[in-house]
Amino acid sequence: MMEGDSTDTFTGNRGLRLEEPLIFEQDAPGRSGVDLPEPPPVQSRLGGLDREDAIGLPGLSEPQVVRHYTRLSQKNYAIDAGFYPLGSCTMKHNPRLNEKMARLPGFSDLHPLQPEATVQGALRLIDTLAHWIKTLTGMPAVAMSPAAGAHGELCGLMTARAALEARGDARKRVLVPDSAHGTNPATAAICGYEVEAIPLTSRGRVDLSALKAALNDDVAAFMLTNPNTCGLFEDEILEQAHAVHDAGGFFYCDGANFNAIVGRVRPGDLGIDCMHLNLHKTFSTPHGGGGPGSGPVVLSEALVDYAPLPWVVHGDEGFRLVEHEGDAAGAAPYGRMKAFHGQMGMFVRALAYMMSHGSDGLRQASSDAVLNANYLLASLSKELSLAYDGPCMHEVLFDDGFLKGTDVTTLDFAKAMIDEGFHPMTMYFPLVVHGALLMEPTETESRESLDQFVETILHLAKRARAGDAQAFHDAPVHTPRRRLDETAAARRPILRWRPDPVQGEAAE
Amino acid sequence: MRYLPLTDADRHDMLGVIGAPSVDSLFSDVPDSVHLSEPVDLPAHQGELEVERALTAMAAENISAGSVPFFLGAGAYRHHVPASVDHLIQRGEFLTSYTPYQPEVSQGTLQYLFEFQTQVALITGMDVANASMYDGATSCAEAALMARRVTRRADVVLSGGLHPHYTETTETLLKFLDSTIDVLPPDVEGEEDIAAHIADGTACVIVQYPDMFGRVRDLQPIADACHDAGSLLVVVMNEVVALGALRSPGDMGADIVAAEGRSIGNPLNFGGPYVGLFATREKFVRQMPGRLAGETLDVDGKRGWVLTLSTREQHIRREKATSNICTNSGLCALAFTIHLSLLGEDGFRRLAAINHAKTVQLADRFAAAGIEVVNDTFFNELTLRLAEPAEPVVDRLAKDGILAGVPVSRLRPGDAALANLLLVAVTETVTDNDMDRLCAALKEAA
Amino acid sequence: MSDLKFSKEHEWVRLEGDIATVGISHFAQEQLGDVVFVELPDVGKQVVKDGDAAVVESVKAASEVYAPVSGEIVEVNGELEDDPELVNKSPTGEGWFMKIRLSDASELDGMMDEAAYNDFAASQG
Repeated sequence: MMEGDSTDTFTGNRGLRLEEPLIFEQDAPGRSGVDLPEPPPVQSRLGGLDREDAIGLPGLSEPQVVRHYTRLSQKNYAIDAGFYPLGSCTMKHNPRLNEKMARLPGFSDLHPLQPEATVQGALRLIDTLAHWIKTLTGMPAVAMSPAAGAHGELCGLMTARAALEARGDARKRVLVPDSAHGTNPATAAICGYEVEAIPLTSRGRVDLSALKAALNDDVAAFMLTNPNTCGLFEDEILEQAHAVHDAGGFFYCDGANFNAIVGRVRPGDLGIDCMHLNLHKTFSTPHGGGGPGSGPVVLSEALVDYAPLPWVVHGDEGFRLVEHEGDAAGAAPYGRMKAFHGQMGMFVRALAYMMSHGSDGLRQASSDAVLNANYLLASLSKELSLAYDGPCMHEVLFDDGFLKGTDVTTLDFAKAMIDEGFHPMTMYFPLVVHGALLMEPTETESRESLDQFVETILHLAKRARAGDAQAFHDAPVHTPRRRLDETAAARRPILRWRPDPVQGEAAE
Repeated sequence: MRYLPLTDADRHDMLGVIGAPSVDSLFSDVPDSVHLSEPVDLPAHQGELEVERALTAMAAENISAGSVPFFLGAGAYRHHVPASVDHLIQRGEFLTSYTPYQPEVSQGTLQYLFEFQTQVALITGMDVANASMYDGATSCAEAALMARRVTRRADVVLSGGLHPHYTETTETLLKFLDSTIDVLPPDVEGEEDIAAHIADGTACVIVQYPDMFGRVRDLQPIADACHDAGSLLVVVMNEVVALGALRSPGDMGADIVAAEGRSIGNPLNFGGPYVGLFATREKFVRQMPGRLAGETLDVDGKRGWVLTLSTREQHIRREKATSNICTNSGLCALAFTIHLSLLGEDGFRRLAAINHAKTVQLADRFAAAGIEVVNDTFFNELTLRLAEPAEPVVDRLAKDGILAGVPVSRLRPGDAALANLLLVAVTETVTDNDMDRLCAALKEAA
Repeated sequence: MSDLKFSKEHEWVRLEGDIATVGISHFAQEQLGDVVFVELPDVGKQVVKDGDAAVVESVKAASEVYAPVSGEIVEVNGELEDDPELVNKSPTGEGWFMKIRLSDASELDGMMDEAAYNDFAASQG
């Protein structure tokens, strides 16, 4: 019997779980949650473009707004509340010290275009973070401005293309492993490149001979994630780098999985030319329900000159921002990635994290991350079907072989996990494995947390094999909403609220 | 170390379960030559107290905007954010939640994104909006890409009133994509005839409203010229509070609105994180980049929300995606949504009215003081023409404790015709006293 | 419907004179799941065999639909705009995508008949 699916209360609420309509459904004209003075009477200088009609925004008081968003928050899972074993996302604890530091007025209340003399501390922070990043990666330079990982990928690839064009060697293709994250080929396309996929070996690594066969003087770059998206270290990476460089191309590394090796391996030592970091993964800046992120890109000597504007330089008279090519002392930046300087709010958080851990703590963190993942591998591989033999790095990949014949899909399995109080692991990625389940525990999960997770997964696997498919198909049943109709949402998209045309004036 | 729960006993036991002799052995795939045996050369771990001390010292080296008379705009405008906003976004369920790919446990995020999308569509006067972009400049660049897809044409015309960072970002994103970008010269006097630049290959014209010199112009004629030629009109906004006082771009024929939303809900943050707004017409919805929250029903028939139209996105379409964007600006979009919910219709209109009124007052004071104001129309930003280059004036005033504005030469160096121009923004945070001090100081410089 | 010919990319062709009606197979729609949107080519467009012709989107996937034969697009199925579900409900009937005026009838020779295609599809699952 499925408990929890019939609502027998008058309000539709269930104890602490409270239903909450849209703000637009709580409008009272004239009401506001902000007290503002009367504007002084003036002649409008808006050139006759004064707004005449209503916008259609609802009016609520402060208590209502606070209650509204508080109720919304209660419908969300979060790292603060529980475990997210999401592969390649590195859902680690978000330290609150980071939040406190980012909110210091001396950081948050600064305009990006203030005179440099008035923001030396901010420039010093960016420079200090850059130093930590360069040291951890063993690279000579870092472009700080990209706003997220995908943005950093674009930066890396554009820098490579600029370098190639500068030496009169424009090429047309980029190589990407079969297992690559979708941003990689999408990014390559924006850079005007054709994408060619390189297969993996049965060991889950890039096939070196296939790579060498595909490399020629028309390949601009090879894009690799290391550790790769199967959770494995590319043990032939030095040979890969050699082959790419021999062919005159650049070696781009997607740094999403840096959490496995930070403090132990420097991408610079591996022959990488450019690598983006995800500050919101490895360096604990909060995911915020989907952003903001930050994706600085480390660069090799061959690429330094082409890095995008702006960057911070440290001179005799303090720190300066280089914002224009004319000021760039011979460098040839390929352009600018966004307005202003970069995600300063995330820089402060990331530096607070790095300084808290220190060099020793960061190395301990990656060690614990890898230990935790191997613990999951060892504990789960008897019941689940492991995709590749261990040891793994910071994440472990299973396929849905263990569900064969049960009529339970990876998706169904994930929905059952939700009822058990866990966010599902990454599913159906990478594509090279059928029905993939990719689990990354991170170093901030305790052993107790992992043990509970392991026991739950084993329990669910047994239940699936025992033929209890219906329960999996019905899951989740304990959440504020059960499975939602994504087909209807895509066929006839409703992307905004509209007032009922029968009842009121139109909003536009 | 306070963030690491594993004890040495745990590590020892877990290695036993794994059957490995040491943690180092788990890294056996790493070639020895690159496997560091020691931590890298950086300071060791520190407690909160020490980290606070170091970062607070760095913060103290800066002059924060709220501590002095402050008049900077040029793409980032300082507004007062109500206290509840920051409290609410710091709730762990918002701050530390993941992208809402599992909708059953993300209804909070999905509902606020739906509200955000609605608010953006309402204020811009457009049909649909996405769940945010990185910032206004990347939003603008993505609008150019979208216009190319929609019209199947390659070229772009950029107004001389567009913020130079936006121009540069757009040029950069299109750099390797076989596109001719026609950049008009800086439109200081507001006389540019952008319609004359529309050609057969033009995918879109991009104008800013108000423009970088503060000027406000009727966009309908430009929209009409674009549509007659089969091009799209992209309207960029740096200051969305203006939408509380001005006719919306949607009302004047815009096809895409690409804006910086940070003015609402978010601090200046020295340039980031910001929040890009992106809105368009219903007919173009499948060409829109970025995430989208859509309404639907669950199996019990209850209303809920999901991420939708994801097949446009990188993780599915890969090289044929509408964009490579993965992250949006979630928490900043939430702050925007909460702030605008608090303001409501009346509050938002009044906030805009106060901004404009104060700017009119300052413009009148400048006129009385003999300081030349170049733009005859404005919302909350003025372009002053000083008698000498603006940058040294601004530096001098900064030493005297006034942050007087942004010299245009900061954005466009090396152009003598622009060197004496100063951009001055006025928001509700500016007091009469601030205005007095600025006027007096600039009068000396003028 | 034994007059259908199939390609390895799971498209079918029904020939009437020199006009080939094209759609995706039952197997393909099953693999895709609920179809939410179909992006059809413009009438008048020239397509080449195995080149891009259309895109079919489900909630989780977007698949290229290749032209199984070369020629000119003379008609597309406007019903799919409001009712993409037709692709799932009637993939070889009302869920047709486009009609192509053949430029080279011999291209059909290399395609599979229904029985051969069913074997092929079974081996793919």
